Amino acid sequence: MSSALELKLGTRWKKPPFITDAKLRWALLIGSVIYLILAFASLEINWARVYEGLERGWRFIMAFSQPDFTSRANDIREGMIESVIMTVTSTIVGIAISIPVALGAARNIAPMPIYLVCRFVISISRALNEIIVAILFVAIFGFGPLAGFLTLSFATIGFLAKLLAEDIEDMNKSQAEAIRATGASWMQWINYGVQPQVMPRLIGLSIYRLDINFRESAVLGLVGAGGIGATLNTAFDRYEFGTVAAILIIIIVVVMALEYISGLIRARIK
Amino acid sequence: MPTSTKANGVKAWQLRDRKGQLLNWAMWMGTAIIFYVSWMKISDQTTWFFVYDAPRIAADISNRAFPPRWEYVLQLGKPVWDTLNIATLGTIFALIMAVPVAFLAAQNTTPSKIFVRPLALLIIVSTRSVNSLIWALLLVSIVGPGVFAGLIAISIRSIGFCAKLLYEAIEEIDETQVEAIRATGASGWQVMVYGIVPQILPAFAGIAVFRWDINIRESTVLGLVGAGGIGLQLQSSLNVLAWPQVSLILLVILVAVVIGEYVSAKVRGAII
Repeated sequence: MSSALELKLGTRWKKPPFITDAKLRWALLIGSVIYLILAFASLEINWARVYEGLERGWRFIMAFSQPDFTSRANDIREGMIESVIMTVTSTIVGIAISIPVALGAARNIAPMPIYLVCRFVISISRALNEIIVAILFVAIFGFGPLAGFLTLSFATIGFLAKLLAEDIEDMNKSQAEAIRATGASWMQWINYGVQPQVMPRLIGLSIYRLDINFRESAVLGLVGAGGIGATLNTAFDRYEFGTVAAILIIIIVVVMALEYISGLIRARIK
Repeated sequence: MPTSTKANGVKAWQLRDRKGQLLNWAMWMGTAIIFYVSWMKISDQTTWFFVYDAPRIAADISNRAFPPRWEYVLQLGKPVWDTLNIATLGTIFALIMAVPVAFLAAQNTTPSKIFVRPLALLIIVSTRSVNSLIWALLLVSIVGPGVFAGLIAISIRSIGFCAKLLYEAIEEIDETQVEAIRATGASGWQVMVYGIVPQILPAFAGIAVFRWDINIRESTVLGLVGAGGIGLQLQSSLNVLAWPQVSLILLVILVAVVIGEYVSAKVRGAII
């Protein structure tokens, strides 16, 4: 019998800890306690203001029981149409740009210099928040849906190209090799050797991105880049909580519907 | 096998048969039409003069923005600390609220599939669909501007995300382990603590760090609507067109995001 087991005989069983290294465990624990104390100490909460606001918060929650779809129906409709248009166009353009970028960012297809350039494009697009990009585009291209369209297209590249490139890197080499062995040109090789392997993933990702773009298009209006966000912002500024509730309900319903449809399509192509 | 006959009578292989070709063509045509119609609508609302002018404006802005005003970084310490707190405390609060929601939403742990589960799913969907900036906008008008509004906005927004991933993890647990604990005569809570929790703990830690990374990104812009953090500085610099400060703030945000992503990738790598 091993001595380690003998030592444990007669002692109570204890749950094995999540982090096995005792030093690391204690360091993390003490570190997080210190951090939490410092963080809470630096929080400045104006409880009087919070208390005053509770009444307004309650009015907002009550507004959901009687959302006001009618009094700003025109603004809501215009905003929604603009949001949908921005979503559709930016997704299409985003996909069209993402595909070549993804091909360039797949190590098994692209030569080193192109790979580095494409990866750089992807990381820039991923690192910048949509809202910040939208602010810059609004400053450069002026107010309106064009700035929103450009923002969403740019953001789509980072998301779609990265995940698509990963899928291309994971593809089955022998299939692509077989096409190349028939003497296919580079375009034919991509078209018949690579594309069929990544198509289901591409479709799934595109639909998922459509969903994300719609959600994002709802906030771009806050910085003047078009869409339903502008209507929402105005409604907030005027404390018209009925209209706010109506817009939020529409957004939630559309997102739920999109998610449901994308789930169906993704299940079918799998 | 779909084939087509060439003019000289030779049959050639084709990817699609006639019907498939037509369908494919119709799909492309439909997409093109939708795109064209939508694009015209955008184009109508665009002042093209500004767009033609855009390269000059962009060059002008970048001329003004560089070099960044480095000494301004000294004033950014507190905003960066606030941003970090919004993200971290927001994630912690979100997790505290997401755990019960996830247990109520998971098929195998929910107390009632008819009443409780749909309610939990509704919480998940509605908190997830609304962007954190909209939550922040709302909370600023309720609790007043400041870090607190941003913190609550981030935590509400994260509930849905964390709860969704967590309940999927709960549904995928190995039932035999739960059964083994139950067979020892454990109570409901003991089954939870010794049977279910150890199985979802790695997923939980992964989700927490993943969401924290996303929250760092999101909390950098909350200040634009008055909810505290570095976004406030960004907004005030933009308002007075202080482009050297804007470029420095963007640089700081970029560094923060990269560090956040690095830390989260390291921690997730260590867990999984």
